[in-house]
Amino acid sequence: MTLATLVPLQSVAFALVVLGATAIVLTHDLLRLAVVNGFYGLILVLLFVVYGAPDVALSMLVVSTVAYPLLLLVAITRIRKGK
Amino acid sequence: MSRRTRISVAWVALAGLAVLLVWAYAGLPDFGHYRGPYGFVLDRIATPDRHMANVVNATTYDIRGFDTMGEEFILFAAVVGVVLLLRGEEDEEAEDAIRSDLVRVGGGLAIGLLFLVGLWIVAFGFVSPGGGFQGGVALASAVVMLFVAVSYRAWRRVGQETVLDPIEGLGAGGFVVVGLAALASGLPFLTNFWGPGIPGTLWSGGSAPLVNWAAGIEVCAAMLVLYTEFLEAHVVPSIRGTT
Amino acid sequence: MSFLPYAVAVWVCIVGLFGIVTSKNLIHLAVCLTVTQSSTYVLLLAIGYVQGGGPPIFKGVKLGTTSVDPVVQALTLTDIVVSVTVLALILALALDVRRDAGTVDPDKIGELSG
Repeated sequence: MTLATLVPLQSVAFALVVLGATAIVLTHDLLRLAVVNGFYGLILVLLFVVYGAPDVALSMLVVSTVAYPLLLLVAITRIRKGK
Repeated sequence: MSRRTRISVAWVALAGLAVLLVWAYAGLPDFGHYRGPYGFVLDRIATPDRHMANVVNATTYDIRGFDTMGEEFILFAAVVGVVLLLRGEEDEEAEDAIRSDLVRVGGGLAIGLLFLVGLWIVAFGFVSPGGGFQGGVALASAVVMLFVAVSYRAWRRVGQETVLDPIEGLGAGGFVVVGLAALASGLPFLTNFWGPGIPGTLWSGGSAPLVNWAAGIEVCAAMLVLYTEFLEAHVVPSIRGTT
Repeated sequence: MSFLPYAVAVWVCIVGLFGIVTSKNLIHLAVCLTVTQSSTYVLLLAIGYVQGGGPPIFKGVKLGTTSVDPVVQALTLTDIVVSVTVLALILALALDVRRDAGTVDPDKIGELSG
């Protein structure tokens, strides 16, 4: 990636991070929260790749596609079933 | 204090925090003009000196290995905390199986593939992006696919305390044992004591790959213990129909 | 332009803290805590970035090409995996509270008992 392509990509990545973080805080429905959290993880992966940090991007990818949704969905199921 | 009071206080406090943060970050060097010497030094010496192509993992497991040992024990302690909170529920089997053949076959094939990819990520940590921490989470996700795609009973064969606790102890203790082995041969704790190999191949980095595998095993087992505790304490009663 | 990453880090941190304060649900609170944590990752990697630099991996790449700082990446990648266990701990506490107090609303929990 040359410098000319990197700067617009970085701006897009930063804008998406701001949107994603605000979306998580404003989402109150729990199932939607799990989905939006997954999207935010993927946006962070994009940001880390644009930063030149593939190890960190790989770490965030495996964590936010498997670990976060599984734990959140189990917690949400338990809260809903126990009514 | 009531909720309304708390939120108005929060607005004021967060505005003050935002001002302080902006003022603090304005003193940092501009974005892209990194000044510090350590990054440049490491980039220059890690590959010729330690023969590791991936400088980030050379930093994590070799040059700053003591710090990673501390992080691993944070992981261990947090998992112990979760186990203390959630263990003690009934240990029951549940009749839960995926009925769709397509999902079972596809999921079963995916388990083998994921496991292989996880092992590859751990093994090639010093050559390309990867390493013990990332590969450990990938391996754990391969094993938890047994629950997601096959059935709860198949998962229970692996997701048990008797199986996972020794593996987790092996990973966490292995780190310390490798460090002590260096100590036993007269070098400082956690020194890289094997001869460095050829950078860019699997045989590179001296004894740091041992630490890499120990971290990978420990992270995999820790994640599996977390999934076990959560699934057993909360999904089983739901499946059985009790609350 | 060069202050943009730091501004993003400030915004994400403040928004996460605001979510924690105004949350009506303990699970939403835990996720907002992870958002606040992610602002530190954005900040750390922004500090280590070198203009025009590539990733610090030298397989097939000549030694001496500009690359970004590896130390902050080493700190961040272990932190991401550890944050999963912290989230699990908070969710386990939330579920315990649900069992004892019957609700996950932080405003309605009241004092500790027993």
